[in-house]
Amino acid sequence: MSSAPKQESGTPHPSSLIPHPLIRLEQISVQFGGQAVLRDINLDVKRGQTLVVIGESGCGKTVLLKLMIGLLRPTRGRVFFDGRDLAELGDRELTQQRLRFGFLFQGAALFDSLTVFENVAFSLREQGALDKEAIRERVKQRLLEVGLPPEVERKKPAELSGGMKKRVGLARALAIEPEVMLYDEPTTGLDPIMSDVINELILQTRRQHPMTSIVVTHDMKTAQKVADRIVMFYPLSRLGADEPQILFSGSPAELEHCQDMRVRQFVEGEARERLVELARDGK
Amino acid sequence: MATATRPRTDVIGVVGAVAQNALNNLGDVALFAGQMLAWLFRRAPCRGTMIPNFYYVGVRSVPVVAITGTFIGMVLAVQSYSQFHSLGLDSRLGSIINISLIRELGPVLAATMLAGRVGSAMAAELATMRITDQIDALACLGVNPVHYLVVPRFLACVLLIPLLTIIANFMGVMGGGLVCTKVYEIDAHHYWTHARDYVGMWDIWMGLIKPMFFGSVIAIVSCHRGFNSSAGAEGVGRAATQAFVTSFIGILVLDFFLGMFFNTLYDRIWPATGARL
Repeated sequence: MSSAPKQESGTPHPSSLIPHPLIRLEQISVQFGGQAVLRDINLDVKRGQTLVVIGESGCGKTVLLKLMIGLLRPTRGRVFFDGRDLAELGDRELTQQRLRFGFLFQGAALFDSLTVFENVAFSLREQGALDKEAIRERVKQRLLEVGLPPEVERKKPAELSGGMKKRVGLARALAIEPEVMLYDEPTTGLDPIMSDVINELILQTRRQHPMTSIVVTHDMKTAQKVADRIVMFYPLSRLGADEPQILFSGSPAELEHCQDMRVRQFVEGEARERLVELARDGK
Repeated sequence: MATATRPRTDVIGVVGAVAQNALNNLGDVALFAGQMLAWLFRRAPCRGTMIPNFYYVGVRSVPVVAITGTFIGMVLAVQSYSQFHSLGLDSRLGSIINISLIRELGPVLAATMLAGRVGSAMAAELATMRITDQIDALACLGVNPVHYLVVPRFLACVLLIPLLTIIANFMGVMGGGLVCTKVYEIDAHHYWTHARDYVGMWDIWMGLIKPMFFGSVIAIVSCHRGFNSSAGAEGVGRAATQAFVTSFIGILVLDFFLGMFFNTLYDRIWPATGARL
């Protein structure tokens, strides 16, 4: 694992010959009230890599994504993006850095009062860098890329199916041509065919727009299909005080041969003793 | 690692926890208001967000405010008539109805009606946006959520609630006048002459400045509750309810202190006329 250049200001050291990872999480811990969610996480994401984060519900996967884009601040530790510590950035700088990200939320998070066109064009209009015609062209192109016909532009989110909402959300995230795409459970709630459509769109997006991707999912098909590297998190409530929260980090092929029982249980989707534990805990 | 102390369950512990919670909330609201004010002066909100909010807060509130004002005036007339009639001061009814409306009842009841209608709706809408990640989505798309969502709502409330108060006051004056002159058959000339003579420009201005403060409270409290909503339908409902209750209490507290302040100010400016009670 390459180490980030040592510095105090958070800006990249100009003479460093070691390329730093695009995203680095350094000794990250997150606690909400009395509830610890992440503990001592060290994670690097290389430029151009597709990292898939898997794990049970409540292990902090979504929190991880929000840390990377600066929507949440860690209780301890530092988050670096392109060599810069997010905690040291002012509001304006943080906003500029966020524009290098695209985020596909779990429920798509489309703006209810706006049409599909207005949703996809939203950031382009707010930034003001393109004229009306250029925005129109960009929106049309993005919607075509995600397989949506032009008629959809006038619809409101409430009129769309779950799969269509996800695709509009993807088009909106891609409209600003981000360097990093964050996907929060992109196939949750979708039927198997639509789930594979989303998986294919993730691969297609990567081919058409070279970028770094971080996908959070508990869908093993998605993980196997799109990942260059897979990382598995485990809920802190089920770990001892000294046990690391990342149980596995490696390629999809290495995941198949991982002998950790907890990893095997998750990958194979078997309840095993969990049913007994749940009944005992009265959950 | 230090162990957490168990929370006290006696009276002091409970009162202390409530007080600490209230102070935390007050501080949180103050920080939120500060953030909103900073954005208000840093960059003007765009027309695309202002106009829908102005329409919803202003135009759509006219019917309910007009009805509220009308019935306040009419009820004041009904409740005051017998006492004034027994003293032979029927023709003075207009003065007491109008001064009560313009100085107090119009601003407070119109603001209360709007806290219920506009404040609850704002809190519910923003809470729904919070739990569906739309507020986070705004931030991810390079837009500050406070600037985009809160500033237009704040401006709509501060600028339009005084105008709505004018409507409430006018309808209240008309409603009271209608009841007094048509139902109780008070002489219209004397009724309106006394009504006009007793209400001064100070009363009118104070009756319009107070709603601006009430509007600020409604906007800040409602938006804060929405932004900090807990998850689920229960969280949205709680945000809407808390927005109204907290706004209402804020309106009452502000009304008291503003009343004291303006009366003291009047006394300082025009001491010869005596303090206004």
